[in-house]
This record gives sequence, structure tokens and C-alpha cells, in this order.
Amino acid sequence: MSTHEHHDHHQQETDSRLVFGFWLYIMSDCLIFASLFAAFAVLHNATFDGFSVKQFTDLPYVLTETLFLLASSFTYGMAILSLYKNNRNKVITWLIITFLLGLCFVALEVNEFTHLIGEGHGPDSSAAMSSFFTLVGTHGFHVSMGLFWMLVMIIQLFVFNTSDAVKRRLTYLGLFWAFLDIVWIFVFSIVYLMGAI
Amino acid sequence: MNKLKNLFFIVPAIGLALLLSGCKLAILDPQGPIAAGEKQLLIDATLLMLIIVIPVILISWGFAWRYRASNKKATYRPDEAHNNIIEFFCWLVPCIIIIVLGIMTWRSSHELDPYKPLDSKVPPITIQVISLNWKWLFIYPDQHIATINFLQIPVNTPIQFLITSDAPMNSLEIPQLAGQIYAMGGMQTKLHIMGNTVGDYMGLSTNLSGAGFSDMNFVVRVSTQAQFDQWIKTAQSAPNKLTVGVYNKLTEPTMKDPVRYFSDIAPNLFHDVIMKFMMPIPALDVANDGTEVLKLGHKNV
Amino acid sequence: MFEKLLFGNLNYEAFPFLYNPIITGATIFTILVGLIILGVVTYNKLWVYIWKEWITTIDHKKIGVMYMILAFIMLFRGFCDAALMRSQQAIAVGHSAGYLPPEHYDQIFTAHGVIMIFFMAMPFMFGLFNLAVPLQIGARDVAYPYLNSLSFWLTAVGAGLVMISLYVGEFAKTGWLAYPPLSGIVYSPGVGVDYYIWAVQISGVGSLLSGINFLVTIFKMRAPGMTLFKMPVFIWTVLCSCVLIILAFPVLTATLALLFLDRFFGMHFFTMAFGGNAMMYINLIWIWGHPEVYILVLPAFGVFSEVVANFCRKALFGYHTMVWATLSITVLSFVVWLHHFFTMGAGANVNAFFGIATMIIAIPTGVKVFNWIFTMHHGRVHFATPMLWTMGFITTFAIGGMTGVLMSIPPVDFQVHNSLFLVAHFHNVIIGGVVFGYFAGFIYWFPKIFGYKLDEKLGKFAFWFWLVGFYVAFMPLYVVGLMGMTRRLNHYGEATGWHPYLVVAAGGAVLIGIGIFFQFLQFYVSYKNRVKNREQTGDAWEGGRTLEWSIPSPAPFYNFAVIPSVDTLYPFWQQKQKIAAGEKPVAPHYQDIHMPKNTATGFWIAMFGGCVCFGLIWHIYWLIAVGLIGVFAATIMRTFDTKIDYYVKADEVTRTENSYLKGAV
Repeated sequence: MSTHEHHDHHQQETDSRLVFGFWLYIMSDCLIFASLFAAFAVLHNATFDGFSVKQFTDLPYVLTETLFLLASSFTYGMAILSLYKNNRNKVITWLIITFLLGLCFVALEVNEFTHLIGEGHGPDSSAAMSSFFTLVGTHGFHVSMGLFWMLVMIIQLFVFNTSDAVKRRLTYLGLFWAFLDIVWIFVFSIVYLMGAI
Repeated sequence: MNKLKNLFFIVPAIGLALLLSGCKLAILDPQGPIAAGEKQLLIDATLLMLIIVIPVILISWGFAWRYRASNKKATYRPDEAHNNIIEFFCWLVPCIIIIVLGIMTWRSSHELDPYKPLDSKVPPITIQVISLNWKWLFIYPDQHIATINFLQIPVNTPIQFLITSDAPMNSLEIPQLAGQIYAMGGMQTKLHIMGNTVGDYMGLSTNLSGAGFSDMNFVVRVSTQAQFDQWIKTAQSAPNKLTVGVYNKLTEPTMKDPVRYFSDIAPNLFHDVIMKFMMPIPALDVANDGTEVLKLGHKNV
Repeated sequence: MFEKLLFGNLNYEAFPFLYNPIITGATIFTILVGLIILGVVTYNKLWVYIWKEWITTIDHKKIGVMYMILAFIMLFRGFCDAALMRSQQAIAVGHSAGYLPPEHYDQIFTAHGVIMIFFMAMPFMFGLFNLAVPLQIGARDVAYPYLNSLSFWLTAVGAGLVMISLYVGEFAKTGWLAYPPLSGIVYSPGVGVDYYIWAVQISGVGSLLSGINFLVTIFKMRAPGMTLFKMPVFIWTVLCSCVLIILAFPVLTATLALLFLDRFFGMHFFTMAFGGNAMMYINLIWIWGHPEVYILVLPAFGVFSEVVANFCRKALFGYHTMVWATLSITVLSFVVWLHHFFTMGAGANVNAFFGIATMIIAIPTGVKVFNWIFTMHHGRVHFATPMLWTMGFITTFAIGGMTGVLMSIPPVDFQVHNSLFLVAHFHNVIIGGVVFGYFAGFIYWFPKIFGYKLDEKLGKFAFWFWLVGFYVAFMPLYVVGLMGMTRRLNHYGEATGWHPYLVVAAGGAVLIGIGIFFQFLQFYVSYKNRVKNREQTGDAWEGGRTLEWSIPSPAPFYNFAVIPSVDTLYPFWQQKQKIAAGEKPVAPHYQDIHMPKNTATGFWIAMFGGCVCFGLIWHIYWLIAVGLIGVFAATIMRTFDTKIDYYVKADEVTRTENSYLKGAV
């Protein structure tokens, strides 16, 4: 076995090990969301005789948010495709588009939150609102962290080009981004859709 | 080392002696049907498990001694790591014990369910219990009286406790009459008890609720029906009335409260104390006191 | 205004040592000890050594040793709390209020529980994982060495926060699980609960990362040929423990985060008013809390399995049943959490279900006990200290297990829930199971890490004092529990009859204290005699069966010069037998070894994380910002560092291995 092959094999082995760890992290994060969903399920009717999710759900608005996030997943997929072709500039372009779409999602959510708080329905107004803000906000926080990570990766692409480490990290980010999409589907259906019906 | 080993036997012996002389083993000295059932269960289950626990301990010592390294006469089979028959029994014996215990558990959980009303020809008495910082408020809704840190009940009469809290979570327990149940704010729990012997028994909170928790004790007096009726009359003539305003004062933290009686109870007080955490406070029926409403006792209000 | 900006809620009252003589004394003592340590380090010019070889290390063995040091320091602190509690309850009878008013006493029992579980048992467990797992599976390190260092430092910062709360502010007065509404901002307006939340939270993140780390290590880094059913039982138990960590700790993180939101932002998850639901907290915390019990005890079971086989010079009896028992305990541990609050009034069906589910766990546990006992059968039992701890465990755990099953019967639990009977029970299983097991494991693997054995005679003294002390301290608590004494009482009446028992129990605490003293003395004496007690064979206890005993002691930094190939459950035992039969070992062929470089990143992330926590506790917003920036900066800088590994040349490996053969190390 030549040294090169040896190192290649080593690299593959390390990669599979590292990705496995990231999957485990995502699973544990999933459980954090599960706890928050459970809290929402228990508390969403505990409105202290007041305002509930039903009263403010604006489905077209939430649908817009959803579309932004889903579109960002698609563009991220495009970035990964370019990554395998080692086309750095294309990767960066797609990442920037993804970033902007994600940013729109976060902006819409922040707008919804400030609106609610401004009308006196903040997270401290009742248990139901606490659980709503926390569940949706935690997802939004994850998305924001993902955006921050994306920025760092854009810089890394400039510095390291499409190196193995950059590829690996972009794979992680892709998993993370897809995971947030799935969580959002649950948020959308359980919080907004079921709230609206 | 021998002295240490002696200690190992002496201390339990002393403990046993203390145990027999003390006679204050509340849980093992029940004075009501529920506590008696719980005690019997405790003893039966212990004996059942000792069937396996004692041999296990003895065998572990026995094997260790028999197969000690210095005993070259003992058989040595370093590769003997598997034996279907032994392993079968290793699973079987615990399984049997647990099946028996499981049946006991299922039946006793239903028989001694604290929510289950007790069978008796005597009509039950309802007592509403509110745990406060750091005292117990007992309301006798049908007798229109209330007490702080004291409970009197007639002998051989089923009692239904409705329990809530206007303070951190507490737990109501009268060891010689029945096991405990939590007292939680905005919630109502139930407990059914009965006393079979006239006497005074210890009642206490068994869940930490803050600085004054250690003094949340009360006396439970099981008396004859006649004494109970007499006591009710005395309490009904108490000058203090439990208005909403007085109740609000009671919710302020105090420790080691003396026994107090109240004669007239604000209507629906118990219900409203539960509901005030669930929805904005309704204008209470304030017949006694024109202005007072229940305080939420909450900083954010 | 400016002060508020700079110091948040910190003010004169936050420093009790300025006006409370007891705490002044404790503070001066701490400062003196600290100064002495700093002085010794400076005098011996050890700073560079400590920084290069320990603080920045990512060698799993050294991280394991640091976990152990942390665990023993916190064991001492937790024991001091216990001694204070026992003496308070021995005094405070009748009209005497004792010497600890509730606001101190409540902090002490809370700190005792939190420290013993999160900062003694958990670090001790991760210490054992670090010391033994890579060596047992034939790996050179864990899957993520740098993450490993981060985990340790996060745990250490958590422990640091608990210690700081002694001197700055206060600790929680709520009991170790901080049930709301008592732990809510209304009833606990001070910073105590915030210290609790952040100390547990930051160390919890460390635990979660470690759980992931070791699970990946076990799944991906076993020596070639070591299939799942050729793994040592200890590895199985670590695997199950890690699965539980990954499934349970996120729930703890979420739950404490919600409690934090309630306290910091005035939300209403667990408040009494505005629709909050404190029962949800109790459910959530026990969904973590019950598996936590098994997270701790399963590895202890693993240690006993290793120890009993080694010291009986015999294969572990019923390896497969042992593995299946461990797996079934892992699964069952998630369906029993409600037995911690039968008294909430869930109804007979629910209670009975959870009660029976709990009992079922006794079956696989009982099977394990039988297997250990039958390992002794037809063995050659050598009573070295690890074996003594194992024997002590079997007896003690049998009793503790019995009282546990007893309490899983709901109507019995109604009587003894939250009583000292319960306290006696869980100490019975935690001390008798977890602590004894960890001690056994520590002594067992000590020579592999340090190259010399711990003093056996002092170890036996420590064992006997611990064992007898345990019985004297906790058997009386069973009795007072049956007498109706509830836990966490600050004082009680004369007429209860509890007093004599509590005096005896205090005596037991003294005996355990002597046991701990002998342990520390044992460390000192063994270190002093380290040359005399040199362990040169690599197979320190002579009955070694697994891979860790096949390499020299102390294990070289790369662990295995040549990664072994495995085709049996007991590779080293087989190798020894082959050599005894006259077979010649193959001369090893050394190659370059790929190793990670040390890094301080984990240390810095944890330190800045500590700043964030401290800022959140005291509402010092600039400190939170600084901490967050630090955490992000350190993390990102690490990703730009490409020089993170190096190769140990085959020559150097040859030289190191030969020096072992000559006994020169």
C-alpha cells in the first residue's frame, strides 16, 4: 500500500467517524426540540383566558416564511453540487443566495415577534405565549446560527478554496440546514396550521 | 480489622434494640385502614424479596470464601463462563418474584388509590386543604369553619381531603392514617383517609417548600363523634372570620403559626384559590368584605 | 447607574465573607490553600509544564486524570456538606435550632446533591471512560480529542461556578432538582437558582459532548476484528451509558433553559400563575433524571464485571446475558420516570404501570448480580482492594435494590416518598453501587496510567471505614424514615423519637470521613513510594484478559505501538496462554503514528463560556457579550488552524518501546 493510498484510506475513515458524530449531535438537538414541542402541546391552551395562537395566525405570512426557508435549502443543495465540481466561485454565489433567503426568513420572524410584543402579547403574557415564543424562537435562533456559520464558511472558501476540511464542514452545515427545514415543517404544521384550524 | 468487623454486627444490634424500645414507628404503627393496608404491603413485599436477597448475600460471601485464592483444594475452571441451567435460573427466579410483586402492585394500586372513596356506612366529611407559606389551612365547608395547623376528625368516619396550594408545592401526610399526596398551586388533588383509634397523630408536609417548611407540622386529633360535634360548635363560635381579606393576609409567609379557628368562610374560597392561577381574577362574591379580591401573590401582576 | 452597568446585581450583600464570620473563615482557608498551591507551583517553576502537559492536553489519559482530580476535590466538598447536614440534624432537636439556619442549611443540602451527582459522580465516570475505553478497544485516542478537552473544561467551569457561589452570592435553596414554583423567581428571587442552572447547564453540555465522543469512539475506533460481541463488558456499559446521555441530557438542557426563561424573561412555563405548569417541569426533569441514574450505574456494573473476572482469574460468567441485561436496562430506564412522583395523583392505572415497569428493571439487574457471583464459583478469588469494593457492592446493592423495588409499589411509596427511607435507599444504591464501583475501577486502572500501584494496606483501611461508615450512617435513616421523618428537615421535635438515630448516623458520617482521609493518605503514600511500587509487567493484577493489559505501564502516549488485531473476547488472556504454551511472540513492525497536537482552544471556550454564565447569573451584560465573542472567536480560530496533527516517527516508537523492555521508563 503506498503512503498516498494509506492516507486516503485514513481520511475516509476519519470522515465517516466525524460525520457520525455530527449525526448524533443532530439527534440530541432533535430531542431539545421534542421537549419544546411537548411544552407547547401541554401549554398552548393555557392562555390565562386570553390571547392564543389561533388569534394571530396569518397563514399566508407563515407560508411566505416557509417558502423562503425551503428555497434556501434548494439553493444550498446547488452550492453542494458546485462544491463537488470544485467550482469555488459558484459555491460562494449559491451560499450568498442561501444566506439572503435565510436572512429573509429570520427577518419575517423577527417582524412577527416584535409585532406581537408591541401589542402586549409577549412571551411573558401567558404560558401559551411563552411556549410559542420559545419553540418558534429556538428554531429561529438555530437558523441565525446557521447563517453565521455560512458567513464563516464563505470566508473559509476564500482562504482554503475547496479543501477537504471545507468540504466536510459544508456537509455538516448542509445536514444542519436540512434538519432545520424538517423542524420548521413540524413547527408550521403543529403550531400554525393546527392553531389556525 | 476484627474490631471493625465486630462493629459491623454491634451497630445493627443496637439499632434493633432502639427500634423495639422506641415504638414510634409511625408507618409500622397504623391507626387507619389505608395506612394499615400500606404497612401490610410493605411487610409482605419485603419478606417476599428477602427470599432472594438473603441467599444472594450469603452465597456471595460463601463463594468468595470457598474459592479464595489460598484454598488450593477448591475446583478451578478458568474457562467456565457459561452454563445454560444456571443462567436459566438466574432469569427465572427474579422473574417469578417480580411477577408476584407486579400482581401485588396492580391490585394494591387500585385498592389503596388515594382518589378512591372509602367504603363505610357513615357519610364522609369533606375537608379542603390549602398549603400556605408555611402553614396548613383546613376548611370544613359543610361545617363552615376553618383551622390553621390543626385537624380534628371523628373516629371511623371517612374523610375526603381536597388539596391545593397557594405556595410552593407541599405534600400532605399523616403517616399513621395514610400516605401522602402533593399539594400543588392551580391544581386539586384528593386523598381519602379514616382513623380507627381515638388519639393525636402527627401530620406534616413532606415536600420542601422553603425556609419555614420544617415547622409545617400539625396535630390530627381523631376523636369520638360527640367530641367532634362539640369541637365544631366551639370553632363555629370563634370570633375570627375567614374573609378574602383575612385570607390574603394568611398567604404572607409566616413560621410556626399557632393553631387558630375561623368561623365564617368566604364562599367558594377553595375553588377561587385554585382558579386565580388559571385565569384573570373574577370579581369575587365579596359578601363579607366589599373591596377585597384574592391576591395572586405574584410579582408580575 | 454606572455601577449597575459594570457589576449588574453584584453588590456588598453578594459577598457574605465581608459580614458572615463562618464564611469569612472558609474564605480565608480557601485563599490560603490556593496561595500555597500557587506558591508551590511557582517555586518549582511548574507553570509551563502544567500549561503544556495538562491544561492544553488532548491525551485521553491525562484528561482522565484531570477528571479524577476534579472528582476527588468535589467528593471532599460534597462530603463536607454532608457532614454539616448530619451534625445539624444530630443537634437540632426540640428547642434547639441547631447551628445552621434554614437559609444556609437549604443551600448545603442542595449543593450536596448537585455536587455529588454532577461534579463528583459524572466527572469520576468520564474519568474512567477516558482512562479505560481507548485502551480496552485498542485505539490510540478518542474520536474527537479536542472535543474531549472541551468537555472536561466545561465540567470544570461548572464545578467552579458552584464553588464561586460559596463566596459570591448564594447557592440554590431548593433541593438538587430545583422544583418550581419554589425555584421560580417569586419564591427564589436570589441568584442561587441561577448559579444552579448555569453550573448544571454548562457541565451538562460537556457531558453531552463526551457522550457523543465516546459513542463514536466505541462504534468507529475498535481494533480490527473486535466485533460488538467481542467487546469487554465495560465497553458495553459505556456504550449504553453514552446512548442514555445522548437521549437524556438534551431534555435536561431544554428543561433548565425553560426555567431560566421563566426567571430571566418573566415567562410562564412553570410559574403558578398565568397558566404555568410546574408538574411539567417535574415530568421533564425526571425524564432526564431517571436515565441519569443508569448513566451512572451502568459503567459501575461494567467495572465490577472487569474486576471480578480479573481477580477470580476466570472468564466473566454469562457474558451474553450480561450484555442483554445491560441493553434491557437501557431501554427500560426511559419508561419509569413517573415513579419519582406517584404522589402527584396520576391515578391507579398510571401509577401501577410505572411501578411494574420499575420492578421489571430488577430482573436484568438481579441477573447481573448472579453472574458476578457465579464468576467467583470455580475461580481463584484474590482479595485485592478492587475485589473488596466489589464484594462490598454486592451485599450493599442487594439491600439497596430491595428497598428500591419496595418503593416502586405505589401505595408503599405514598408512605415513604420524600422520607429519610428514600434518602437511605438512594445512598444505598449510589454509594454502594456507583461510588464503590468507581473506586474499584480507579484502583484497578491506576497502575496502567501511572505505572505503580496504590498502597493496598491503606486502601483496605479506606474500604473498611467506608463500608462500616456507610452502614452506620444510613441504616438508621431507614428507621427514621419508617418513623415518618421527612427529608430536608432543618429541625424537629423531641417527641418524634428520631434523635438517637440521627446521632448514630452522624457517627457514620465521621467513619466515612476517616475513610476519605485514608484515601487521600493512600494517594500521598503511594506517590512517595512510587519507585518501590513500580509495576513493570503491564499486567498489574495478573489476571488481565483485555487489551489494556497487553501494553506496558504506564501506557505510552500513543497507547498501542501497533494496533492489535482481535479475534476473541479475551485477546490478552489468549496471548498469555499461547506464550505459556511456548509460542514465540511475533516481532512487532513499527510504523509512523498519526497523533493530534495539543490545543488550548477547549480551555478558552470553556473559560469564556464561564464568563457568559457568570454574566447571566448577575445580569452583567458586558460580560455576557465578552464571553460570547470569546467563545465564537476561539471556535472559529480553531477552524482556521490547519496544523493540528503530527506523526510520531517509527524510530521514536521503537526507541520508546525498547526503553520499556529495559525497564527504563
